Amino acid sequence: MTDAAAPAVPPLRSAAARAALRRRRNAADFRLRLYGVIAISLAIGLLTILVATLAAGGYQAFVQTHIRVDFPIGADNVSPADPAKGNYRHVVKEAVAALLPPAANPAEARQMGQILTANTQFFVRDAVLANPAVIGGTLTLEVPAADIFDQLNKGTIRRDTPQANRRVSDAQIAWFDALVAQGRVSTPFNWGLFFNADSRFPEIAGLSGAIAGSFYALLVCFVISFPTGIAAAVYLEEFAPRNRWTDLIEVNINNLAAVPSIVFGLLGLAVFIQSFGLPRSAPLVGGLVLALMTLPTIIIVTRNALKAVPPSIREAAYGMGASPQQVILHHVLPLALPGILTGTIIGLAQALGETAPLLLIGMNAFITSPPGGVLEASTALPTQIYIWADSPERGFVARTSAGILVLLGFLLVMNAIAIFLRQRLERRW
Amino acid sequence: MFGYLLLAILVLSTAAFYVGRAAGRRFVAAGGPNPHSLPGYHGLFVAIWVGVPALVLVLLWVGFQGAVIDALLVASLPPPLTGGASPAQLQLLLSEIKNVAGGLIFKEPSAEIRAAADTWLRWSEIARWAMAVVALAAMTLGLFIGRSRLAPRFRARHSVERFTSAVMILCSVIAVLVTVGIIASLVFESLEFFRFVPLHEFLFGLRWEPQIAIRPDQVAGSGAFGAVPVFLGTLLIALIAMVVAVPIGIFTAVYLVEYAGERVRSIVKPALEMLAGVPTVVYGFFAVLTVAPAIREAGGLLGLATSPNSALAAGLVMGIMIIPFISSLADDAIRAVPRALCDGSLAMGATRAETMTRVVLPAALPGIAGGILLALSRAIGETMIVVMAAGLIASLTVNPLDSVTTVTVQIVTLLIGDTAFDSPKTLAAFALGLVLFLVTLGLNVWALSIVRRYREQYD
Repeated sequence: MTDAAAPAVPPLRSAAARAALRRRRNAADFRLRLYGVIAISLAIGLLTILVATLAAGGYQAFVQTHIRVDFPIGADNVSPADPAKGNYRHVVKEAVAALLPPAANPAEARQMGQILTANTQFFVRDAVLANPAVIGGTLTLEVPAADIFDQLNKGTIRRDTPQANRRVSDAQIAWFDALVAQGRVSTPFNWGLFFNADSRFPEIAGLSGAIAGSFYALLVCFVISFPTGIAAAVYLEEFAPRNRWTDLIEVNINNLAAVPSIVFGLLGLAVFIQSFGLPRSAPLVGGLVLALMTLPTIIIVTRNALKAVPPSIREAAYGMGASPQQVILHHVLPLALPGILTGTIIGLAQALGETAPLLLIGMNAFITSPPGGVLEASTALPTQIYIWADSPERGFVARTSAGILVLLGFLLVMNAIAIFLRQRLERRW
Repeated sequence: MFGYLLLAILVLSTAAFYVGRAAGRRFVAAGGPNPHSLPGYHGLFVAIWVGVPALVLVLLWVGFQGAVIDALLVASLPPPLTGGASPAQLQLLLSEIKNVAGGLIFKEPSAEIRAAADTWLRWSEIARWAMAVVALAAMTLGLFIGRSRLAPRFRARHSVERFTSAVMILCSVIAVLVTVGIIASLVFESLEFFRFVPLHEFLFGLRWEPQIAIRPDQVAGSGAFGAVPVFLGTLLIALIAMVVAVPIGIFTAVYLVEYAGERVRSIVKPALEMLAGVPTVVYGFFAVLTVAPAIREAGGLLGLATSPNSALAAGLVMGIMIIPFISSLADDAIRAVPRALCDGSLAMGATRAETMTRVVLPAALPGIAGGILLALSRAIGETMIVVMAAGLIASLTVNPLDSVTTVTVQIVTLLIGDTAFDSPKTLAAFALGLVLFLVTLGLNVWALSIVRRYREQYD
């Protein structure tokens, strides 16, 4: 250590200046750390606000105000010979009149009629058709209350606002309270949200059409994109020669993954609907468009899964005399399958939440019955949410939030399945 | 019929597989020199011969049957009905005939229409049965051809593998076909559009009022197709989104890489992934329901005139959507910086913040820049948030509290409802789509080239 003999270098800065500098540098370090914490809290805080608003707005739609009404099915209104042709409007009118104090004038009678959902007569008709023996007697049904009374019951319409600013009149509140006093009002779980199709009346609008439409679209998407994607990926990863042509295909796939989804909608509209003449609003077209969007995802995950299979497997198979295709199809692909499935489910979850391309091919139509097949007009979950979000009725706000919660529930389940598959089936080499 | 036919094809090819495999097994059992291929390949060979030609035939048949029958029907109609009719009128006539045939009768149809409907029904029925017969014949023929080729020395495996190769190549070409389809449909419809509206007017015009009448009885504006206000609105909202997302995303990534412990990371990462997995329609609803009213209230408190669908609300929510995108790309870029650079700086006595800002971030800058470009392309192409939260009227403004419109909003509003592929209103959507496609493609290619060049420096 010859340095020991060197003369001591005098410090450039005084001790105090060094301490100040150190403090400044540490403060800078602290600041950067603080910015990070702020950024993360902002991101997570926003996520929390998002979920909280949805939950706060949506939980109400999971219960529905019902009113128990005794419908007198008189033979004068409904003839036993042909119950389908009965005057059920009148039946409902009589039932409501019996329920409430007599109306003073026609306007009041009309207001009374608004207490039940507008489709009540069809509920009664269906119940009578299912059980014709009730004709001549009394039929007791739990009927959904109209939207404004549902909101009154749930507290969304506040009683302390002045009558002029409120959508229910004081008289209507009094009638409703009378019904509550009679014990006729209940708020059971809203099964209609899952089993009814769309409707103009919020109180009976449900998601069954949208769920069926999304199911068919995803089915088409899976049936097309899964085999095609795997075949393409196997070829590109294992068999394709490295030349300009395969380079082009790869660049293409990477770019397709980043094309805005609405452009796929334009493609679907111009090619599938305009050129091929497939029906508008059909889950088939929606599924085809979603399949084209999911294809790059599936190709990319399949290639990664194939890459992850160790070369020893291939070499062993080659050593046993397998042909190149036998090596891949019999040995490598089955081992890569869990990874492929995981990626596919995540790709399908993305497709389930995709809205914009479905709007362009008309899956935002107003359709009041679930589709019976892939060629029938239908909506999908995200487009149904968009329709409801666009509806002016106040009651649809809660429905929209509830629809979003249902959609998020499906996404959560799909992702949970993917994670489960990854943990249970994927092998580490 | 179609479904049954597909089922029949499936069942018969499965049967053919067993026939072929049995033949292959007999070759083995007969002794002598070993057959070239395993029995299963003989089976697959026959199954392919039975199933594939029939399947292709049926699909082609279904694709063309409607058009062929329509053309024949038009040709067979009496001249007074078709004389001098435009293609659109012929379409109308055809759909009326089909409605009558399907039993949807709105008013009593004329005798000619009724006769045509009967003809249509008869021909469709004939075509369906003909398809079944042809498919069955194709399968029988395939069975004989396939079965007759089998022999102990026949290289069934080679044939089957050639077929699978062909299928795999076909599947990978589909990805290219999709791109070709996108470009072709966008360019074709855009060219139609530019026949109505000159290109320079579209690209540099300052007025955008596309809601013109599609049917003669609609009341609507006269139309102006200058897209500058739309482009400006798109940029404004995308910039607001980037202003929100870039700092939050980068600081999140820095913290997660440099400071966070294992526990924090295991909470924050899934939360960010959840943020990324939320469908955009949900963000759109959030913007309309919560953010836009909040901004309006805040603007009211400050005495600022705020539009109910301000660019700020849409941009803010879009920024939230993009945070996880930027943070994960920045995270990757920072982790890709070699550990040695970082360690060297720390060993020289630099604090972690100094290491990060003076050494790691400059080294990771190209990767981060690429990520920001990708995020920008995403913001420009994002649809649902702006459809729900931004405005419809194109105004030439950069005030974030005003309502602006974007390319994607215009595409959706132009194509929802009536579409007519000979009206500039519908075609304008495709011209906007072409611009959107080209811009996002350019941004993506640029971003990927930056990232790739930078990755080569360290590898």
